[in-house]
Amino acid sequence: MYVVIYLGLVHRAEQTLAASLRTVGQGHAQHPDVLFTCQALAAMSDEHVERLTPIVARYGEQRRGAGVDEPERLHAAGLAEVRSGPVGLLRDLQDLHVLGTLVQTTWTVVRQAAQGLRDHDLIEVCEFASAQNSRQLSWLNTRMKAAAPQALIVSR
Amino acid sequence: MADIWGAGMPHARGTVWPARVDQHLADGVTEDQVDRWVGSACLLCSNGCGCDIAVKDGRMVGIRGRATDVVNHGRLGPKGLYGSTAWAHAPDRLTRPMIRDGGLLVDCDWETAMGRVVEVSKRLLREQGPLSHGFYTSGQLFLEEYYTLAVLGKAGVGTPHMDGNTRLCTATAAAALKESFGADGQPGSYTDIEHCDAIFLYGHNMAETQTVLWARILDRTRAADPPRLVCVDPRRTKVAEEAERTGGVHLAPRVGTNLALLNGLTRELFEHGWVDHDWVREHTLGADDLRDIVEAYTPERTAEICGVAPDDLRRAARIFGESGNVLSTVLQGFYQSHQATASAVAVNNLHLLRGLIGRPGSGILQMNGQPTAQNNRECGADGDLPGFRNWDNEQHIEQLAKLWNVDPLVIPHWAPPTHAMQIFSYAEEGSIGFLWISATNPAVSMPESARIRRILDGDQCFVVVQDLFLTETARLADVVLPAAGWGEKTGTFTNVNRTVHLSDQAVEPPGEARSDLDIFLAYAEAMDFRDRDGEPLITWRTAEEAFDAWREVTRGRPVDYTGLTYEKLRGPTGIPWPVNEHAPEGTDRLYADAVFPTATETCETYGHDLLTGGAVTEQEHRALRPDGRAFLKGAQYTPAHEMPSEDYPLLYTTGRTVYQFHTRTKTARSRSLREAAPDMWVELSPVDAERLGIAEGDIVRVESPRGAFEAQARVGQVMPGAVFAPFHYGTPGLPGEVPRQANELTMTVWDPVSKQPYFKTAACRVRKIRDGGGPAPAPTTAASAPAQPGAAPATAGGALTVSRAVPVPAYPNDPSCAAEPGSR
Ligand code: SF4
Repeated sequence: MYVVIYLGLVHRAEQTLAASLRTVGQGHAQHPDVLFTCQALAAMSDEHVERLTPIVARYGEQRRGAGVDEPERLHAAGLAEVRSGPVGLLRDLQDLHVLGTLVQTTWTVVRQAAQGLRDHDLIEVCEFASAQNSRQLSWLNTRMKAAAPQALIVSR
Repeated sequence: MADIWGAGMPHARGTVWPARVDQHLADGVTEDQVDRWVGSACLLCSNGCGCDIAVKDGRMVGIRGRATDVVNHGRLGPKGLYGSTAWAHAPDRLTRPMIRDGGLLVDCDWETAMGRVVEVSKRLLREQGPLSHGFYTSGQLFLEEYYTLAVLGKAGVGTPHMDGNTRLCTATAAAALKESFGADGQPGSYTDIEHCDAIFLYGHNMAETQTVLWARILDRTRAADPPRLVCVDPRRTKVAEEAERTGGVHLAPRVGTNLALLNGLTRELFEHGWVDHDWVREHTLGADDLRDIVEAYTPERTAEICGVAPDDLRRAARIFGESGNVLSTVLQGFYQSHQATASAVAVNNLHLLRGLIGRPGSGILQMNGQPTAQNNRECGADGDLPGFRNWDNEQHIEQLAKLWNVDPLVIPHWAPPTHAMQIFSYAEEGSIGFLWISATNPAVSMPESARIRRILDGDQCFVVVQDLFLTETARLADVVLPAAGWGEKTGTFTNVNRTVHLSDQAVEPPGEARSDLDIFLAYAEAMDFRDRDGEPLITWRTAEEAFDAWREVTRGRPVDYTGLTYEKLRGPTGIPWPVNEHAPEGTDRLYADAVFPTATETCETYGHDLLTGGAVTEQEHRALRPDGRAFLKGAQYTPAHEMPSEDYPLLYTTGRTVYQFHTRTKTARSRSLREAAPDMWVELSPVDAERLGIAEGDIVRVESPRGAFEAQARVGQVMPGAVFAPFHYGTPGLPGEVPRQANELTMTVWDPVSKQPYFKTAACRVRKIRDGGGPAPAPTTAASAPAQPGAAPATAGGALTVSRAVPVPAYPNDPSCAAEPGSR
């Protein structure tokens, strides 16, 4: 069952997203909306991880499977540090968006499997997490759109 | 001065609020000496009381209420009576433009001042483009001025960086109305007071902020069949006292927990079946999601978060659930707080769940803090587009482009217009290099004062300030332009209740001061803004012409002025919009047909995630098919951003006092008002005062992680653990002076949807500096009264006011008048 690989992937990806959101928030703390919203969005990912944990325990998270030796290769790297300045903020938000998209598609994939497995609990977690994940992405989009013109045209 | 609300005129439910004319003339002026009375409305709070200005020898010498006006039925409160005209002939009025020269502001002529403004503006436009420009305006200009500013800013300069201090006072009102109903505009009316069975005041100390409206409520609560009041406020205000007196409840939630409280109330409605399910199904969207969100907020859990008794919460919910008609009013206690929009929307939800909207007695007043905030929102000189248009709707932008005859791309609409806090951040980093501030004093009124002073004082940004006096902000400007004030110019303005008043020019402005309209027109002309065909962009010259242009902008929009003219507004009363061929005398309440402006083509916004502020896209909105149904939206409570800690153990909150307005630009120049509340103070609960060894009147230092101020302590009526400071008092700015501004302590942080900054939630610590030698300079007549009666001398004084009861005129649209034609 490769589903366990994907459970591991989504688990790791959500943790990475949460950590990266916190890094970006702290790193751009002079923008309070970025700081506080990133914290709120990170808390969403924390909650997904928490809800997923008993299910992962049930399936047993598998790090290695036939044909897919190193699922880590599927992982996007998190953001360990932030860039500076208005364009830096834009790039960091963009990176978060990429990471968030990976999380989103991973949930989509897991949900497909969960349906096949008729695993109601997992389906519920997938739906909940996907909905919240859309909120994360929609904020990142909103914030990037607002920041882009000033950053790209007049910032120093 | 001590009699803030005037003598009561109690009357029964469903009958017209009696009329009484209040009048005040300057010392030594008698009624027969008045040369003429000029029609206007009071500009010292959002109530918008209709009035006449007394003129003698070319000076404004007093004021009287208009008995025929639907808003106030002739009454005026202390600010209106004592504060409306005294400032006009204060010796320190700005009468000449000023320009910074060698670090100092020196007098100059208009040509020099405007020349400097235009030179910098043109250079920056050439070198960096429109994003280098920002405009920060007021909640006190006239409609014609906002609209002119909106056109020159959005279609002339083409910058998205326009906002007003309405962001600090009323942005959440607008945001909450837009999220729930699709567009801005009060659903209810003041006439709801005469028809309701219960009134809920959420974070709204109406007794001090809108005295005449409070008098209107008292005239019901003191009659035989009073409505019950429910007050949500961490201070024991006069509203709280009246709530208990009427058999209602005072809920004093911990600062920063409003949303948890509202989620608890909402859950009770569901639990007890106080939901009109058929109405909800037909006229709303989102009930199931809302129910899921509030499910966890049991009375016990809510009570624990908020620090209120579970039974009080249950009682309040029962009053809401079982009253036939409920009026809700919301103000700064909710708006300037943590999770502001979500909390204000929750109030809308309660009404929607019970179908309590669109009929007499069931209104929602998402209040404004400022008198013409509504116009700023309507006209789009703040973070909105003219006529409640949606920046994200290409058709709406097309309409504006057509009206102004410009390329749609000139009108910035790729993202929501920039909000005030962001404008100041851009000015801080220097990417906004030209900032024009009109009729507002951010150096005192914005959060984190020290930061704002730094931004304005720095040379990374050229600052133009246009005002009546050399305010704390004007002192930091590069160019200061002297403006004409209320009574010195003509224009219209609209109160929170949608009622439009015309204010005619009564006297000439002093010296070389000019109306804000003339100043904006002069700038537009000097900048030579042109439309698509090379014609001048702005074609009007007078206020009336600007108004006529504006009427066209409102055609077909929810905010419809097409049926209004100056001539009509010179009639006996102000008139509430929409005014058009269907409603020639105006409209007392919106949504009587339960159809809301939520259709994707119509709405002012597609909505937001209330927790994050993430924008709903057009496609998502369309997929919901709201088609005239209102939105029920909820959010989870999250703790405030700065919680008390070991270092800063107390909750800090700010607010108003009855005798002052804003940063006292006008009210400080009225001797009576100044004497009633002369200086800064800070309030502590008796428990905290005792623990800290502080007695009434001691000088204390209040500190947050951002700054400090010193003031005399009032041992007063805040809840234990909280500290309250009035926000009106600025700093004269003398070197070495100890700061005394409330905003030295507040945080640079804002609500994710409305972008309104928080003035109500921060952490602080307090310590005694020395004995004060007397009680704090806080008034004793309202919420700042000492905990120990008699601990301070009673507030009194002020020259006499004349009040006389008059026969009740017939008020157009008033449901009580419809029941009893003519009078009662
Ligand atoms: S209630 Fe407001 S508008 Fe009316 S007189 Fe007082 S300050 Fe003026």
